[in-house]
Amino acid sequence: MASTNSTTRDAVTETTEAGGLWSDVWQRFKRNPIALTGFYVVCVFVFMALFADFIANDKPYYSDYKGKSYFPIFRSYLVGLKLGKWPAELLNVEFKKLEGAKSFYPPIPYRPSNINLLEPLEPPSGRHWFGTDKLGRDVMAGMVHGSRVSLSIGFVAVGIAVLIGVVLGAIAGYFGSWTDLVISRFFEVMLSIPTFFLLITIAALLPPSIFLTMFIIGATSWVGIARFTRNEFLRIRNLDYVTSAIALGGTDRKVMFKHILPNALAPVIVSVVLGIAGAILVESSLSFLGIGVPAELVTWGSILHEASTTTYAWWLAVFPGFAIFITVLAYYLVGEGLREVLDPRLRGLR
Amino acid sequence: MGQYVVQRLLLLIPTFIGVTLIGFLVMRLAPGDPAELRAAGGLGGAKDASVSQDKRGVVDEALAQWRAQYGLDKPLHVQYAIWLKNLFTLSFGDSFKDNQSVWGKITERIPVTLKLNFWSLLVVYLVAIPLGIYSATHQNSFADQATTLIAFVLFAVPLVWAATMALVFICGGDFYYLFPPGGLESLDAAANWSWWHKFTDQAWHLFLPVVLLSYDGFAGLSRYMRASMLEVLRQDYVQVARAKGLEEGVVVFKHVLRNSLIPQVTLLASILPGLIGGSVIIETMFSIPGLGQLGFESVLSRDYPVVLALLAVTSILTLVGILISDLLLAVVDPRIAFGRRAQ
Repeated sequence: MASTNSTTRDAVTETTEAGGLWSDVWQRFKRNPIALTGFYVVCVFVFMALFADFIANDKPYYSDYKGKSYFPIFRSYLVGLKLGKWPAELLNVEFKKLEGAKSFYPPIPYRPSNINLLEPLEPPSGRHWFGTDKLGRDVMAGMVHGSRVSLSIGFVAVGIAVLIGVVLGAIAGYFGSWTDLVISRFFEVMLSIPTFFLLITIAALLPPSIFLTMFIIGATSWVGIARFTRNEFLRIRNLDYVTSAIALGGTDRKVMFKHILPNALAPVIVSVVLGIAGAILVESSLSFLGIGVPAELVTWGSILHEASTTTYAWWLAVFPGFAIFITVLAYYLVGEGLREVLDPRLRGLR
Repeated sequence: MGQYVVQRLLLLIPTFIGVTLIGFLVMRLAPGDPAELRAAGGLGGAKDASVSQDKRGVVDEALAQWRAQYGLDKPLHVQYAIWLKNLFTLSFGDSFKDNQSVWGKITERIPVTLKLNFWSLLVVYLVAIPLGIYSATHQNSFADQATTLIAFVLFAVPLVWAATMALVFICGGDFYYLFPPGGLESLDAAANWSWWHKFTDQAWHLFLPVVLLSYDGFAGLSRYMRASMLEVLRQDYVQVARAKGLEEGVVVFKHVLRNSLIPQVTLLASILPGLIGGSVIIETMFSIPGLGQLGFESVLSRDYPVVLALLAVTSILTLVGILISDLLLAVVDPRIAFGRRAQ
């Protein structure tokens, strides 16, 4: 217990120093090369998701057509934002079929929606680095754009889980007694439900939608976060500084979220990072089973699913699965690194 | 001990009600009228616009009758009470799809899933515990670092990927044919096969599903086991045992192992729901006729009675697993005060 107290005290004094706790966390996190590698991998995937349109697109960055210059990818953003219009001669054209246009394309000159029935299930080649699926869609383009689905579901689902988990855990841990008893029973109920089965039930009953999927994953995965928060609140609630905050007339809400929460965040942050990995795994399993996200949306899981039915198309299995694996591994590494920095007491737990 | 068991059993009741209530509400509040769905099977698309006006009346009447027969016209809480009552008499009604008894469908598949999960659980513990012991007693050796790394990486491998890779590369297809791509026994399995022949055939079919279901568990558990061994190894009483001249083997296997096994017992409770989730994927992919496959098919065809019954049955199995792990914990750890739940 002595070490616990001193860590908390350290954390408290450090926040008051210049730079604050989080810059200190970053300083120490940086010293762990493996965790740092994980962090950079996550950054690469975030970059890929943000700039998917610039990495894999059937429109060129720049096109010289009939003596005029165009920037079709940028233009498509303007059109999407209703700030601009396509010039008449470029409306609904396929840039690759334009006669006499000099164009400069992204590294992957396809979109995941480009169906080409003339080249179905092509193995990897110079034209299609990761091959094509049975509709002739480029697998790499599908993966680049699929990273958007994975990452956004990961972040939003965990955001929802954090919201539910922190609030319930804080209430249970702060008020204690029968409130804690009732809420803890609820945690136990959620833990005993075979979550994945409940998840596919809900996802299959509701119309396929990426937002609903985010919500359902979030709504079924908050228990871990809630329990961590509860335990931290139970511990911190009895510390002297909380007692004095209450004695000074702080309202429950203020004491809970302003005084206790910042000190309870450390283990929660770790479970948030691991939770993102969990949500990505669940999403890939769901779209692998063909429920949750709309059928026309190409995701890592949906490409994998095709591989399980056309087993000779090994490229459909290897690449998207590897992408899920690397992403999940990267989040685990970051989570593990953060755990060591933030909370030595938790070492060895998952 | 007896009192403890009774208390634990009583505590299961509110949890069980909570679990089934959530399942029931999810099924009933989801869009889609079960009566219409039922009718879609029996009456050939009751909501179909092609049903002429006069026939529509007949259809509506049939639907109303059906709703009344199955109590779907009553308020939700009454329906739930009826369903709970039926649950205790094991009458889950008939499947919407083929009118077979739901309970019959489930009992016919329970042994398959139990077999699969039993072997997986056995593999999880048989691999993880020796591995954890070895890693901890050889801390920071090359073998320790290698197994720790492998376990960490294995833990991140998505089940759907591992299973797909297995199907593509080692289950026929264009590559190797080391294992069968599905089923529980060979198609030409005959009654006159010797027991050894039957056993090897079944083992050959079960090998991949069991490995796939368990790798994630033993990767996780071996890390726990290592951590828990290391923690106990640092205790004073271990030092004492060594100081009084006991052999290292006796210290490790008699003094350390017992105490570090205790936390692993409780982990059973957290492995079980994962195994059931995994069964859905593995049984569907390897066409194994177990509860997971039944669940997935029923979810897709919105076979309400089957899905609800399965939610209840899998929750009961999980709760029983948790109960067993709690009782085991009380058996192996005399420090646990009966009547107070171990944290």
